[in-house]
Amino acid sequence: MESGWILPDLSNEATRGFWDGCAEGELRIQTCSDCGATRMPPRPMCPRCRSVDYGWTAMSGEGRIWSFVVAHPPLLPAYAEIAPYPVVTVELLEDPMIRIVGGLVGGPGLDAASVDTKTIEIGDPVHVVFAKVEDVTIPRWTGAKWA
Amino acid sequence: MSGTIRDEAAIVGMGSTALSSKGGLEEDELTLACLAISAAIDDAGLEPSDVDGLALFDMESKREVEVARNLGLGEITFFAEVGYGGGAACATVGHAAMAVASGQCDVAVAWRARKRAAKSTRVWSQAPKRLDDSDQWTRPAGLLRPVDEIAMLTRRYMHEYGVTREQLANVALTLRRHANRNPRAAMYEKTLDLDQYLSARWISEPLCLFDNCLESDGALAVVITSAERARDLPHEPIYVHAYSQGLPEQHQIMSNFFCEDPLRGPSHAAARRLWANSDLKPHDVSCAQIYDAFSPLIPLSLEGYGFCERGEGAAFTEDGGLDWDGGRLPVNTSGGSLSEAYVHGFNHVIEAVRQLRGESTAQVEDASSCLVTSGECVPTSALLLRN
Repeated sequence: MESGWILPDLSNEATRGFWDGCAEGELRIQTCSDCGATRMPPRPMCPRCRSVDYGWTAMSGEGRIWSFVVAHPPLLPAYAEIAPYPVVTVELLEDPMIRIVGGLVGGPGLDAASVDTKTIEIGDPVHVVFAKVEDVTIPRWTGAKWA
Repeated sequence: MSGTIRDEAAIVGMGSTALSSKGGLEEDELTLACLAISAAIDDAGLEPSDVDGLALFDMESKREVEVARNLGLGEITFFAEVGYGGGAACATVGHAAMAVASGQCDVAVAWRARKRAAKSTRVWSQAPKRLDDSDQWTRPAGLLRPVDEIAMLTRRYMHEYGVTREQLANVALTLRRHANRNPRAAMYEKTLDLDQYLSARWISEPLCLFDNCLESDGALAVVITSAERARDLPHEPIYVHAYSQGLPEQHQIMSNFFCEDPLRGPSHAAARRLWANSDLKPHDVSCAQIYDAFSPLIPLSLEGYGFCERGEGAAFTEDGGLDWDGGRLPVNTSGGSLSEAYVHGFNHVIEAVRQLRGESTAQVEDASSCLVTSGECVPTSALLLRN
């Protein structure tokens, strides 16, 4: 059902730590090995101290909705099948400057159709779930409101 | 030497093909580019052999060599391409003006030619299946189109400042009324009222059909030369008074939800340099042509360019605030991208020239200066033109 989705290229050295983390069920955020600053999206150099050494920090996966949309057609065929669907931008509880975009679903393994989009509000608490699409695992978000 | 290009160069010619949003045009993009540039050279009272500078979008499908060979241009000593799609229009004119002002060329042409009326030409629908760029943080989640990214920002904007759909409708309805005066506009004969706006189908909530620009075929061009030479040409010179580009800190191409203050867009960066290099202040400007691929870009840009405080852009649209006749700031007097045509914002440059020549179909009385902006939310550019 989900083939035809647009997915990341996993061969990029600077970003694959994030996608590897998803595959292993962890939300990992790139962290400078020298100054400790977190950054998202991942990139080779720390914009605070210019170090090119970095690691990955596992986050709790808890966050709040910073904003959201509900997408309606025209869309690519694979996405049109589940439209209208909600997409949320989430700020992480541990680090609100880290924001991550993902679909909003009713729970692990459920798709967007399980969410009543009229109930979504900015500030709603959410937590990450992971979904495998082809050979890539991508983050999505869910919350008690839609369980 | 003032240290800036202030009034050193002027727009002396403009040209346009027909702009078509329904059915499209027969000619290919190269032919359209050449027809628009040819018309602009004629309008300037110059010959193709006079042109020795070219400035264009890096998204142009046919570039300097093709255009020069077809138009029979002579030796070119300056050429420059500007990136970031809708952020580029003002920068092409600005680069041309800088090149003229610094002696790198004598007569420069800037243009945009684009065929987008056919549904098969949507850029977003041609995304690669595997992403190695910043799109990988949004596309897999389902933010496929520019409208989805702007909708995400708009929802937050509405939340933070209490912006309403009725205020976004003010933008769409005002620009439609302007298009209803402009026979070149795609929406010349189609009126739009608030009920139609509020009942329109969603594209990406909170944005509906009428918050989105048209998709059009067409080409537009301007000719730029020195202020001195301009005074001997047929039209009143339209001076490039100030120009700037803008790329704020930690920006990402469009889906800029990852920086500290996503609602402070590239217009803020461009505005700082633009006004610093100008004799004018926002309240001096007669009218503005503001990039409007989506309706919320206008209130965001009004804030960025200093016509109001942050969070006040939506209220600025109330009570006819953007109207050509008596508005606080007449905006997009041709109908703009929402209701005239979407040619990556180059029609905004042309409309500014019309206003300053006194030739607009929604002519602002005694218009003496015009702000033109390119895309808010992408690395952008802006011009202050005056007559």
